[in-house]
Amino acid sequence: MRYSALRILKEGLTGNRGWKPVWRDPAPKSEYDIVIIGGGGHGLSTAYYLAKEHGLTNVAVLEKGYIGGGNVGRNTTIVRANYFLPGNSEFYSHSLKLWEGLETDLNYNVMHSQRGLINLFHSDGQRDAFARRGNAMINRGDDAVLLDREGVRKHLPYLDFDNVRFPIYGGLLHPRGGTARHDAVAWGYARGADGRGVDLVQNCEVTGIDVNGGKVQGVRTSRGVIRAKKVGIVVAGRSGQVAAMAGMRLPIESHILQAFVTEGLKPVIDHVVSFGMGHFYISQSDKGGLVFGGDLDFYASYAARGNLPMKEHVMEAAMTLMPVIGKAKVLRSWGGIMDMTPDGSPIIDRTGIDGLYIDCGWCYGGFKAVPGSGFAFAHLIAQDGPHASAAKFRLDRFRTGRGLMDEEGTGAQHNLH
Amino acid sequence: MRLRCPLCGERDIREFSYTGAAVLAHRPAPDSGEAAWDDYVHLRENPAGETRDLWYHVSGCGAWLVVTRDTVSHAVHTVELAAQ
Repeated sequence: MRYSALRILKEGLTGNRGWKPVWRDPAPKSEYDIVIIGGGGHGLSTAYYLAKEHGLTNVAVLEKGYIGGGNVGRNTTIVRANYFLPGNSEFYSHSLKLWEGLETDLNYNVMHSQRGLINLFHSDGQRDAFARRGNAMINRGDDAVLLDREGVRKHLPYLDFDNVRFPIYGGLLHPRGGTARHDAVAWGYARGADGRGVDLVQNCEVTGIDVNGGKVQGVRTSRGVIRAKKVGIVVAGRSGQVAAMAGMRLPIESHILQAFVTEGLKPVIDHVVSFGMGHFYISQSDKGGLVFGGDLDFYASYAARGNLPMKEHVMEAAMTLMPVIGKAKVLRSWGGIMDMTPDGSPIIDRTGIDGLYIDCGWCYGGFKAVPGSGFAFAHLIAQDGPHASAAKFRLDRFRTGRGLMDEEGTGAQHNLH
Repeated sequence: MRLRCPLCGERDIREFSYTGAAVLAHRPAPDSGEAAWDDYVHLRENPAGETRDLWYHVSGCGAWLVVTRDTVSHAVHTVELAAQ
């Protein structure tokens, strides 16, 4: 079913009785050409691009819960391409271009809103660093505007510009940055993959990966054994456990990242604003809730909820930057489980096992990567070689020390990102 | 989350700094080869459940601690001095 304004009008006038479920709920077959473990944003986009770009449709996506129930529905929905280092830079640039064509491509409204993202700075040194980052973004073909203090004031008049500790010197504006509706991204890709013949198998937990003679044979699941010529693991948050089924250890530690949303308010924050010195960022959802977050809790965790000290820190940072939101009531807070790699950058690569591929290590930046990651992972699986946009996301970069992508410049070590 | 430091008693988690899996306390010999060092620096068991990790009581007594705890429930089982 194609969506259109005419269709909405017709359904509205006839009691909305013509809408159908947008994807099937098939039982798994006993064999596929390709099995994707993980029905999150990245798994669904991988399946979609396998079908669309490579014509591969004898594909199953195995999801242990329900579609859209994992991290793709638990993030703060920011879409941007403001990375500095080669490797990350070309990847996120490519991903943002896919975002810009996504709604037309999927025939699905993902509410992609390029409202502009502003990273604030508070010292001369930080200004230089952001100027350099902005130049790197422009060199990559993306957009960046260095705003002085008055430039920021035009966009964000409600900030506390004269905070004693962190007076605002300016900001780096990334006009094409913004947000998207996270659930709709999962649903749109699910519909697109299903419509091209991919089986999206829900409530199907993978319990083992069968390997024989160094070649993958298939997977064991809570719904039976499924044979497959190729298997892709794309389960960020749980990567270590699934990789262990194939006898692999990963350079990943799972951490908790908290997020918060307030009651719905009238429009007040028009952009995505990040306050790096306070580890705080915020945007306003189309429903009116202020969606914001901070840094990791900084200890290994799978609890999907955080502790109070980071909540307090985030609230303090919010009040430091924008006292205007002080009376908004927080409705919910939650934690997402992050695959943290030592250098803070992801992995999309072959493994030491023939036919087994892995896409993991998205740290706290997986949502904006959904299109780019799926595109590159589909290419890797279909062609058995990396896509140019993700060729530097190598699994062996930690062992060799070559090609580390440490955006923060703190060192490729687990507790530093 | 609160940790019971063997020297200071039960303290707020903000007094402690997390360093990573307790394997960090067992550094391989300098000449033990690339694989052993990759294992030590990068590769992790990363369990969902009981784990042992290394914490530093940075705003307290300065002791290095091995904490055995649950990564799913956040329950803390034992806190021991890393030196023991």
